[in-house]
Amino acid sequence: MRYDKPNTEGSLVQYASRYDNLIGGEWVPPASGQYFENISPVNGRAFCEVARSSADDVEKALDAAHAAKVAWGKTPAAERANALLKIADAMEANLERLAVSETWDNGKPVRETLAADLPLAIDHFRYFAGCLRAEEGSMAELDEHTVAYHIKEPLGVVAQIIPWNFPLLMAAWKLAPALAAGNAVVLKPAEQTPATIMLWAELASEILPPGVLNVVQGFGVEAGKPLAQSARVSKVAFTGETTTGRLIMQYASENIVPVTLELGGKSPNVFFEDVMAKDDAFRQKALEGFAMFALNQGEVCTCPSRALVQSSIYDDFMELATARTRAIEPGDPLDTNTRIGAQASNDQLEKILSYIDIGKKEGAKLCLGGERVKLPGDLEGGYYVMPTIFEGDNKMRVFQEEIFGPVVSVAKFDGFDDAIATANDTLYGLGAGVWTRDTHTAFRAGRAIEAGRVWTNCYHLYPAHAAFGGYKRSGIGRENHKMMLEHYQQTKNLLVSYDPNPMGFF
Amino acid sequence: MSARVEATEAAVQLVRELAREHGPLMFHQSGGCCDGSAPMCYPAGELRIGARDVLLGEIEGCPFYIGGEQWERWKHTRLVLDVVPGRGAGFSLEAPRGVRFLIRSELCEPSGA
Repeated sequence: MRYDKPNTEGSLVQYASRYDNLIGGEWVPPASGQYFENISPVNGRAFCEVARSSADDVEKALDAAHAAKVAWGKTPAAERANALLKIADAMEANLERLAVSETWDNGKPVRETLAADLPLAIDHFRYFAGCLRAEEGSMAELDEHTVAYHIKEPLGVVAQIIPWNFPLLMAAWKLAPALAAGNAVVLKPAEQTPATIMLWAELASEILPPGVLNVVQGFGVEAGKPLAQSARVSKVAFTGETTTGRLIMQYASENIVPVTLELGGKSPNVFFEDVMAKDDAFRQKALEGFAMFALNQGEVCTCPSRALVQSSIYDDFMELATARTRAIEPGDPLDTNTRIGAQASNDQLEKILSYIDIGKKEGAKLCLGGERVKLPGDLEGGYYVMPTIFEGDNKMRVFQEEIFGPVVSVAKFDGFDDAIATANDTLYGLGAGVWTRDTHTAFRAGRAIEAGRVWTNCYHLYPAHAAFGGYKRSGIGRENHKMMLEHYQQTKNLLVSYDPNPMGFF
Repeated sequence: MSARVEATEAAVQLVRELAREHGPLMFHQSGGCCDGSAPMCYPAGELRIGARDVLLGEIEGCPFYIGGEQWERWKHTRLVLDVVPGRGAGFSLEAPRGVRFLIRSELCEPSGA
């Protein structure tokens, strides 16, 4: 089926003509009175206006967050967890509407938003509601008369800067643990994808007390930067790239606050020769695992954009893998049969094309795709790219930098040691894939690859309760796991003596 | 060392406009996801340049840096700063103008390293 375009009669999604900031439970116009046009990458046309905020708006949001933080932090865990569960329920009741909106805002196929983005985001709130209910501090008896209590306390007010590739899901990854842990949040969505989060905030603001959740829209340099620089936040969480990651650490160092950074990768997807040993379901699964580079148009921090294939199976495997990939053709993202949609923005499209250009210049062999696609009719102005396969050498730039598009670079390896050396020959260490029928190889490879997440005989699963985060230059901290509560908490130690006698020092 | 980065005429014009609005500028080449691989343009001194950053050249008098480890993997290429319509993310100064700096690349001649 095909969903109606938002803002047309019969569509599930009717956007307001403009969106203000959510501050202290109210919809507050930006101090400057300025708005920016929000463009759908599906057709390249603007569909709503969004607040172009500045430092003044960030300050207002911080005022509201600070006014709300004490009461929220003292709200019983059962009540906070209940609020998260209600948010999940509200999202579930609006799943199709939010999914269609996310497709329109980001360009990804509705097939994915319906089956992945929304269900994962909903589950994330439920997961952290559960974690919160089950969380305990600790107590240690140091001696007969002395005990050390460790009590979790919220940080207070935290800043969260969200990327544009999974706008709602990445917001959920950051918001759910922060809110569960009792913090008030000032959230800055990505300027490419600000819309769905506003539909979501309309739901969430009915559930959360005013000021607990504040959303400030705008450009990075005008709104994100003053938020990251503020001495009034106790933590900054950011997903993006390395230079901005460095800046955020630099700002945080000025305020001596912690950061969580997820800065991407160049994830290897390693296929050992035994995947081809039988023509069975597992071989099909492995081939699907290869094609996963096209998921979300390749705009995934863990895109399996380096496929490493054992030389003994290389030709046979690549013939099947290329055929599998050829079947993935860009189409209308609102059609539930479409498996690859639009790149999120024109500049992203241009960047992908520039990498295809450098790949060719470096001498990589273009095996498939390699060009922009102009779809007919209303979609003509959208940003579509054919899934692209390069063969080459791991030293090439198309093997070394995340293109963030549907482009995979494939190289051969000989034996286990060569596979691991090539897999680890990267600055990054976020994700990796290992495919083998041999359990020894599976575990040895998974442990030897320097990455925070090694999908073993699977890829692109993002369930709550499986920690996600990077080694090396891919960032600091983890997401997606109950340990994230601690990322958003202080530890209060009460060191208590019930010995009535003096210590005897003075 | 010869400059390893240059700029298209459109990029030069934009750098001049940004310099008029913001004063002296600097560039740092990003890596990683999202807007990774995009050059970031900041007021001069905004990003603390570290011991391993490499100065690739200047665009209209504005220094252009890249992380040393990244340069090790990029140094067979020559970078060309260009500009395209778009919005980007991150804190780069040009984004509110509806344009985004972009890096195009040429292969270095073997003798030109």
